[in-house]
Amino acid sequence: MVGAGASSLVLEVRNLAAARGLRLLFEGVSFEVASGESLELRGPNGSGKSTLLRILAGLTRPQAGTVKLVGPEDANGLHYLGHLDAVKPAETAGEQAQFWARYFGREPAVAKAAMKRVGLASRGAVPGRGLSAGQKRRLALTRLLIEPRPLWLLDEPTAALDSEGRDLVAQLVAEHRASGGMVIAAVHGDGFASSRVLDLSTLKAKA
Amino acid sequence: MSGSFAVFARELKLAWSGGGGAALPVGFFAAAASMTPFAVGSDTIALQTAGPGVIWIALALSSLLPMERLFQADLEDGTLDAYASSGVGMEGIALAKTLAHWIATGIPLALVSPILWIMLQGAPEASGLVAGAALVGSLAFFFFGSIGAALAAGMRRGGLLIALVTLPLYVPTMIFGAATLDAAASGGDWLGPLMLTGSAALFGIATSPFGAAMALRTAID
Repeated sequence: MVGAGASSLVLEVRNLAAARGLRLLFEGVSFEVASGESLELRGPNGSGKSTLLRILAGLTRPQAGTVKLVGPEDANGLHYLGHLDAVKPAETAGEQAQFWARYFGREPAVAKAAMKRVGLASRGAVPGRGLSAGQKRRLALTRLLIEPRPLWLLDEPTAALDSEGRDLVAQLVAEHRASGGMVIAAVHGDGFASSRVLDLSTLKAKA
Repeated sequence: MSGSFAVFARELKLAWSGGGGAALPVGFFAAAASMTPFAVGSDTIALQTAGPGVIWIALALSSLLPMERLFQADLEDGTLDAYASSGVGMEGIALAKTLAHWIATGIPLALVSPILWIMLQGAPEASGLVAGAALVGSLAFFFFGSIGAALAAGMRRGGLLIALVTLPLYVPTMIFGAATLDAAASGGDWLGPLMLTGSAALFGIATSPFGAAMALRTAID
């Protein structure tokens, strides 16, 4: 899924610190994630899991520290799936998948296959406002399939999903890792198979 | 590049399919101009004197109306996060969105401007020039407005901030645009002011995507 050459990728995170307002969320966060690995971010609500993912995605600037994706140049890129599903209420599910295919310069057939894979093949004509929370999440998952990118950053990817949907996410993560991809996900409850764990509650500054 | 083109096509479709995104600004524009005779009086000379100014003030304020939602919806539903983390430059996204909204709303504004011109006793033979000047002027208004729209994207009821930030940037366009219509009405040289209006639009297109992108990256942070 990720292609040859991605197998030597490493995400290096060094001494990351983040604050929200005056409150220090975490500091001194260092870890490495290599191809085929997954890392679960755990910790209570407000411990900084989402902020860490946003920093890794380049959306939020850290207080200190560096994030580097080391590997062949052409294997760059990531997918960030946050709490918000980026679903437009007025556009049909099918159109939205087709939009992301065009956005990433992919064939329309790729979007169709992705819709089928996430179980939305029969919901293509439903506008975004008509989708349930779980279906919106499934629609967001199509981005992962439409454009192959080595690093997946998932913020509670199974939130709002039924048990079949949770199995789907676990399968997608397993397949992504098997093809040399990396996954970093904020999770509560069940994690992924043979995944490393970073508990942010133990990293909080003792101030 | 495919990213910006895809966003452009999507925005154009959403603006048109979403129940007439142009209806409110065009209605506002037409209403402002048609109220003028009641305030100024039906005297032909008075209307002809006020006409160019009224049309340009109404055009500027109508162009502000769509700005509040230009980036706000994308920020609220997470689409901007998806765009920003995908590696496609925010400058291209801002340019694509602004251009699409100008086509969906700015062009209809320009198309109704000759009707308002004639309602305000303007010379019918200058109608084409009025539409052309409004086309160029609204382009400048939309692009300068996109900076304010991006700055206010993360705020609830950011409309006032948009007006405060944007209206000073509208002033040069407003002066050149109204001067174009003044010259057209008095039979003077309108090409000079029209070219200055065009240069304001080009300046807006060239610079505003960078300002808007910077503001959007801060809004996401």
